[in-house]
Amino acid sequence: MSIEPLVKSYSALRHETLTRDRGLREKVMTLEDAAKLVHDGNHVAIGGCTVSRTPLAMIWALIRARKRDLVISRSITSTEGDLFFASGVSQHVITSWFTQGIVWGVSKVMRHHTENKLAKFEEWSHMSIGLRYRAGAMGIPFMPSRTMLGSDVGKRVGDEIKVMDCPFTGEKIVLLPALNPDVALIHVQRCDAYGNAQLDGLQFMDIDMAMAANKVILTTERIVSNDQIRRTPDRTRIPFFTVDAVVEAPFGCAPHECYGLYEPFFEHLDHYAKISSQDPVKGPQRYLDEFYYGPKSWPDYLAKLGMEALLDASRRGRSVHND
Amino acid sequence: MTRHTKPASNFTTSELLAVMASRLMTNGQIVFAGIGVPLLAATLAQRLFAPQLTILFEGGTIGPFIVPGELPPSTNEQRCTRRSNMVLPITDVLLLLQRGYVDIGFMGGAQIDRFGNLNSSFIGDAENPKIRLPGTGGGNDISSLTNMIVAMKHEKRRFVADVDFVTSPGWLKGGRSRANCGLPQGGLWRVVTDLAIMGFDEDTRQMKVLGLHHGVTREQVQENTGFTLEFDDKIETTAPPRDEELAVLRELDPKALYTA
Repeated sequence: MSIEPLVKSYSALRHETLTRDRGLREKVMTLEDAAKLVHDGNHVAIGGCTVSRTPLAMIWALIRARKRDLVISRSITSTEGDLFFASGVSQHVITSWFTQGIVWGVSKVMRHHTENKLAKFEEWSHMSIGLRYRAGAMGIPFMPSRTMLGSDVGKRVGDEIKVMDCPFTGEKIVLLPALNPDVALIHVQRCDAYGNAQLDGLQFMDIDMAMAANKVILTTERIVSNDQIRRTPDRTRIPFFTVDAVVEAPFGCAPHECYGLYEPFFEHLDHYAKISSQDPVKGPQRYLDEFYYGPKSWPDYLAKLGMEALLDASRRGRSVHND
Repeated sequence: MTRHTKPASNFTTSELLAVMASRLMTNGQIVFAGIGVPLLAATLAQRLFAPQLTILFEGGTIGPFIVPGELPPSTNEQRCTRRSNMVLPITDVLLLLQRGYVDIGFMGGAQIDRFGNLNSSFIGDAENPKIRLPGTGGGNDISSLTNMIVAMKHEKRRFVADVDFVTSPGWLKGGRSRANCGLPQGGLWRVVTDLAIMGFDEDTRQMKVLGLHHGVTREQVQENTGFTLEFDDKIETTAPPRDEELAVLRELDPKALYTA
């Protein structure tokens, strides 16, 4: 892994952006080709939050491509964090909360890897992670903020934050370092072939993440025409020139949820929780063999989840429009 | 003090916590609620006496109404957005706390100490933990920026003199230490347990018992606490959960996902 400064210099950041192809061009490709845009050792930011709008199809492709030494960042980390550790794709996750979800208890896989010092869970407060992406999106080196003071969360990240007296008020204030990920993986409900993306429901940190990253891989439930995007430009949240790849991946968050289309696949998630807590090493390994390495293709993976589960998750997902 | 015998209860610990916590809310408040007991308590208050109370979720939702039987598994699913006024990015909903729009932050806790500091990160030494817990999430932000209510089970292993790790700051080391650290606003206001309701002394910021639940003794509370508690001069006995309150909770969570 290359040793890079915590925060990129402004000239380095601008140079990276300058050298990206920002023309209005089609960039539709397969999951496998998009995975080639992610290099070993990259910092990869993951869109969505907990079990919502997780770009699992792209994560599935990265794990199958046997990537190594990725540094992962995300607002809140769920089952995908377990699988990054268990597959050996990453030994370093930067996040505010790391466990499948409250209803499933503390992740045994996260515990196994962190308590045995096999991997690092770098803990920042939720807002701090968001403000770090936002600083990255704004092209500034840090963001002043008022949390993580006085706590051990602040102490534990050590030199990565600075506390200073505000030059205007004299108040104590935290400076959070900008985060400009090498790659952001974001799943949306629809986008066009150029990467103009519209996302429904909760946005989480995805917009800042897209603006901050040096490369964006979009997966989408469906690719729509540019004409359709231009009919409702007010709903476009991510502009095409920040995007480097567009992959159509229906049910691309399964077994997590995608707002308005499908809710979490609860039975499948219960099953994962059960086998991973029974054995935090063999459990996720078996799961990876069955659902990640085994299937021939993404549709084959969905077939393994099962038609009944897909329909049930869809029925619940669409119910949000019933009100 | 006479020792009461505890009446046969027709409610669970989580139901008791939700009821007692709900009674601490006021109509018109903006409440930042976590999943589980906090959400149930805020919704209960909304249904019974605080129709103008607004719930915020750290996932980004402003003013949702939860559909009975469809409680969300975290603050980030579409279930959290039902009939809400607005959905914001996570960072922006958390910034509402920093800007000062939020009256109460409300969450559970794994471990708490005499100054109301909360730990949800490590049991044991952080560099060599016995258990790595899930971490802060928005806890550190919420407790740094607003007044907090914490609801948790009253157990000696959870109520310790000093937490192993300060994930979410309470009054830190007591006195003015919180403000001196750069946290001039907010602080831990109330701790609700299955035995008692506690606040903090205005000067020392030590935890102090303000009320005991029906049939609970001072001794019982002290026995289940890992440090010496102070007791307020005017200790009150709380009224037990009413049928009306329990009925709402059971309608909201018919499968007892969070109230078992």
